[in-house]
Amino acid sequence: MQHILDPFHYAFMQRAFVTALLVGVLCSAMGTYVILRRLSFIGDGIAHASFAGIVIAYLRGADYYVGAGIVAILTALGIGFVHRRGRVALDTAIGVLFTGAFALGIFLMSRQRSYSIDLQSFLFGDILSVNGRDVLTIVGLGLLVAVVTAVMFRALLYTSFDPVVAQASGINAPLVEYVLLVLLALTIIISLQAVGIVLVAALLVTPAAAAYQLTQRFARMMAISIFFGAICSVGGLYASYYLRSSSGATIVLLATIVFFLAIGAKQVGGAIARRA
Amino acid sequence: MKEAVVVRDLVVRYDSVTALNGATATVCCGEALGIVGPNGSGKSTFLKAIAGLLQPQSGTIGVLGKAPRALKPGTIAYVPQIEAVDWTFPATVWDVVAMGRFPRLGLFGRFGAHDKAAVWRALDLVKMRDLARRHISALSGGQQQRAFMARAIAQEPQVLLLDEPTTGVDASTEEALRVVVRELVATGMPVIMTTHDLDRAGDWFDRLMVLDRRVLAIGTPDEVLESGTYAGIREHAHVHGHLRTD
Repeated sequence: MQHILDPFHYAFMQRAFVTALLVGVLCSAMGTYVILRRLSFIGDGIAHASFAGIVIAYLRGADYYVGAGIVAILTALGIGFVHRRGRVALDTAIGVLFTGAFALGIFLMSRQRSYSIDLQSFLFGDILSVNGRDVLTIVGLGLLVAVVTAVMFRALLYTSFDPVVAQASGINAPLVEYVLLVLLALTIIISLQAVGIVLVAALLVTPAAAAYQLTQRFARMMAISIFFGAICSVGGLYASYYLRSSSGATIVLLATIVFFLAIGAKQVGGAIARRA
Repeated sequence: MKEAVVVRDLVVRYDSVTALNGATATVCCGEALGIVGPNGSGKSTFLKAIAGLLQPQSGTIGVLGKAPRALKPGTIAYVPQIEAVDWTFPATVWDVVAMGRFPRLGLFGRFGAHDKAAVWRALDLVKMRDLARRHISALSGGQQQRAFMARAIAQEPQVLLLDEPTTGVDASTEEALRVVVRELVATGMPVIMTTHDLDRAGDWFDRLMVLDRRVLAIGTPDEVLESGTYAGIREHAHVHGHLRTD
């Protein structure tokens, strides 16, 4: 028993678990929209672009969340604008913009005499370094995202299924999309410290993709996705303590396993249904 | 009769393509207007402009005396062609029809007993009550079209726009839709609908309009069909080879 509770004795591990739970829940909830609106590439783009913001914030001595936040939200709105108005294909625009912003981050960082920020921790996350103030920021931003999502639940659902008819009936579909992209940007920012730039995209896609296999209703898909996200992030962090592995990578690997289990369960379920 | 939709000199361009070039028409409350015309004649564009889905280059659109975008949410119901959405979306028939209630509820309204009753009523009208719990991917084309129609009815709109609802559906669905449309028209609803089917125009519509970027003819179905206007452009289109027969 003592051994099982071991990780929870340390304050830094307690903070890490709270962070993992919040990030897992938020990413997998927003992931429902990412999957159904086919935004996974956008999530990846926002995550990479925000790296430039992190580096600029660091160099100017500004707050990490402010720097990453501004760049992530601007990128999200920019991508949304191109998506709506652009004559450039969306994947092309994102490919150009996010690799450019990411390169700017690397460029600025490489000109520093000493690499005092650890690139690895931004790429793959460093959940154990989360301090009390970070937790407060994550809780605050997380609550904001949750409340806005709850208030806009119906508008987000309708515009995800049928944006054209939603707009014809008087729902401001473009505005809803912009709000969603900003929520996505905020979700990504609060996840960066936990799982990093490379893995946040996985957390935005995998739990929701697994849930999509198992239900045919939207609200249930979101609930199952949140359940998977919470289990995987807390479970992955817990496992990483004993496996001495990267927490972000362990979380995402666990989510990947859950995804394949969900596909398997769907196949088995389908076979049983056909026999019956 | 009260004028519901007034369109004047409507011009809509997509990049260099002119979809509508000076279309003018008026539809009154309690009147069904059918729109026919070859592919690319601007039929769908005409509906989308009235629905406020695109910005015309010039001309005016009045819906119940207001610009489409200035209307209260829920005023216009637009029924698109069924190919317009992803039918693998996680939703049942009930879920889709319930969406029709969302515009009026706004952000903070509660989906209550009144809303549920409206959804069931709409499902009954299109004879889909038994399929309410079915996932939308398991529907036939006709059933999908009925579900879309039920969503529009559940919205309790003041103007109904239908984009080729009879294309690719079975005869019983077509008849069910026609009956519902005529019932709505009888209650004073203005209905504008595009179609390829001329044979039953007289059963569907009070007036028929031939559109080919501009209004070539408008009148009762009999008048328009006898004038030969539509037959004329079909011939013309065939000669020039830009009519897909479908």
